Amino acid sequence: MLSRVADSVYWMNRQIERAENIARATETTLDLALEGTVDHGRLWNALVCAFGDQADFWTRHGLADQSRVFDFLAFDPENPNSIYRCLQAARENARTVRDMISSPMWEEINKCYLFVRSASAARGGLENPREFLDDVKRASQTIAGATDATMSHGEAWHFVRMGRLVERADKTSRVLDVEHFFGPKEEDARDAVQWSAVLESASALEMYRKQYGAVSRRNVAEFLVLDRAFPRAMHFCLIKAEESLLAVTGGTKGTYSTPAEQQLGRLRAALDYGQIDEILGESGGLHGFIDTFQARLNNASDALHTTFFATRPVGKPSDGQP
Amino acid sequence: MDLQSYQTDGFWDELFDVDLRPRPGAEQLVRRLAAFSHGELADRQKAADKALLTMGITFNVYGHEAGTEKVWPFDIVPRVIDAAEWVMIERGLKQRIHALNLFIDDIYNSRRIVTDGVVPDWLVDSGKCFRGPCAGLTPPRGVWCHITGTDLVRGGDGRMYVLEDNLRTPSGVSYVLENREVMKRTFPQLFEGQRISPVENYSEKLLAMLEYIAPPQARDPTVVVLTPGIYNSAYFEHSFLARQMGVELVQGSDLVVVDKTVFMRTTRGLERVDVIYRRIDDDFLDPQAFRKDSVVGVPGLMEAYRAGNVALVNAPGTGIADDKAVYAYVPQIIKYYLGEDAILPNVETFVCGEPAQCDHVLSKLEQFVVKPANESGGYGIVLGPRATREQLEECRARIKANPRNYVAQPMLALSRVPTVVGDALEGRHVDLRPFILYGEEIFVLPGGLTRVALVKGSLVVNSSQGGGSKDTWVVHGPSRSGGAASAFAARPGTAHPPAAAGNS
Repeated sequence: MLSRVADSVYWMNRQIERAENIARATETTLDLALEGTVDHGRLWNALVCAFGDQADFWTRHGLADQSRVFDFLAFDPENPNSIYRCLQAARENARTVRDMISSPMWEEINKCYLFVRSASAARGGLENPREFLDDVKRASQTIAGATDATMSHGEAWHFVRMGRLVERADKTSRVLDVEHFFGPKEEDARDAVQWSAVLESASALEMYRKQYGAVSRRNVAEFLVLDRAFPRAMHFCLIKAEESLLAVTGGTKGTYSTPAEQQLGRLRAALDYGQIDEILGESGGLHGFIDTFQARLNNASDALHTTFFATRPVGKPSDGQP
Repeated sequence: MDLQSYQTDGFWDELFDVDLRPRPGAEQLVRRLAAFSHGELADRQKAADKALLTMGITFNVYGHEAGTEKVWPFDIVPRVIDAAEWVMIERGLKQRIHALNLFIDDIYNSRRIVTDGVVPDWLVDSGKCFRGPCAGLTPPRGVWCHITGTDLVRGGDGRMYVLEDNLRTPSGVSYVLENREVMKRTFPQLFEGQRISPVENYSEKLLAMLEYIAPPQARDPTVVVLTPGIYNSAYFEHSFLARQMGVELVQGSDLVVVDKTVFMRTTRGLERVDVIYRRIDDDFLDPQAFRKDSVVGVPGLMEAYRAGNVALVNAPGTGIADDKAVYAYVPQIIKYYLGEDAILPNVETFVCGEPAQCDHVLSKLEQFVVKPANESGGYGIVLGPRATREQLEECRARIKANPRNYVAQPMLALSRVPTVVGDALEGRHVDLRPFILYGEEIFVLPGGLTRVALVKGSLVVNSSQGGGSKDTWVVHGPSRSGGAASAFAARPGTAHPPAAAGNS
């Protein structure tokens, strides 16, 4: 397939997945804010920090509170990572690859964008923010379903899947890192509430309970980082992303012929053999681990770019060639 | 629903005769419309609008913020063409395209038609779309104009006229297919018990044509659609056609020419391309051959084309036959190459490049429709009878400055079709753009795109200027007594039953 198209398909899905994750984390924060025991300012601030856009937020909006953060994450047209902007970009990408994706996929993406756009037009007076966030999540999942059910599971589909999974691994790691921004831990009931919220933010609470029962920081970290079967766990995402990558290159696990395979394989292998107590016990702790993970994941995404998407010069470029 | 209050206002109506009896082919449709309950029409129209929005059937409007997308305005009352009349239209279009292709080939090679004095040399050589670099070329299989969208209008006399030949990159066919799809989704009952020519096989015909005209050495040819990108007004159509044919939709930057061979950049390296259905004007196709500032083209593409390594659709240089001044000579062109009279007549046209005709136009400017010879999309047209004094003077100055670039035609009383306004029907002016493919044989898609001026009284049907569209049905009725080609022979203003028709 065309390099440009592979690039668009990959990013289209990262953007949709990003919107879904922002919606989910915001919804959880709304939940937490309903209970009176937490400091609202810190809570909403932590959410902005988790997605890494705090500098932009503070500059333009100042102190974090519910309405400002919600608007910033959901609708702000100047925040390139707002739900609105993500879906706008995703739809724009979908238009450029309209010939590659199925009509049901396109129609779902289009509908989702139109719905967010009209919500965004009425942003100040949004009656039920939770319902809005719920609709965003559902739309993203409908798009994913339409993709799996109506698009051939060939090369383009593998780029779709890589986009989804790389983005999801990144976002799960960010949700898990929220304690770093929330401030000093207290070994009390609030800790359990907070870690339950982290699980909720990854739609992981039910699946976690089946495996571990009671909520603890160690087990939540183990589940979200290392689980091989839960679809939002970082490890799971990397395993499946690598599967798709190898399906595209025709390579085998454990060897590599492209920078993309090398970077992604290395990161996946680190999780294959990782141990949660070791990760938590390292000098940087969980935050240090997540920081490194995010940087390496970025490298892997860059490697996908150089391997597949970059329009490589052919021979000597003639004058005037872009 | 009460159809008896419908007004034809003295115009030729495509659905009703002056006594409000349905025209041939429209009987069933009118019966169904009449059975509509109160509010149903408006409801159906709403459902269709929603379907179009969800399906993302849009077009971009220039002169607005980049990326301004508008939903394709669609009217749910179809335009009906009786199959017997369609046979005539189809024959006329095939004849016209056949002759125009011979004309283009002649112009770039032996120029017999100029030597024989049928078409003046200044007309050809001064054509904005004449391409010097194409001289001496013969494209694969000798076909230049592979895809044509000829604009037809019906005048107040009930005759079909050719208004324009669009031989460069005519657009609209995707809307023909999507309009039919939307109609089937929102109005299935209307189709029941009717025999309507299908349009769904267009994409297959298109692909077959593209593969047929591939360079002979390409055994399993790779076809692509070349688009300027998502901000082009017809991007929807570009992606639609690529998807329907299952071929890649590429942009200029996806293609590269190495050793006079065209390749596309893929995730697995370079892949050879044999046929390019390009939706980019000649000017922007190749910065090395045409406009140097083009960023949407492919450097070296013309070299590869000349070397016979790639086929371009339509062939570069075809636009000379799209020139509205050349249009005026098409009846003579048909006569010259085929020895036949044109089946579909031209609209009377004055070529301002001819001094005597120019004087005539300038003396009665307020009576004419003045058109630039090489614009499309309705841009630059001045409707004399509806223009202000300033607009007329501006127009006069432009004609005097560059007479070659203008033609003038009388204002036509375009026919009308009932169109939904609220929960009622009102007549709105329409034209018709059938699509013609020229490959192994000439194929005409039954019906075509009916464009409708949605604004009351307006004659401008272009989507960029407030026009919409309708589904177009070629209806095969049960055989009737009397001649079937009634509409062709009809005289203005006379009420007569369909059976009274003779032969045109």
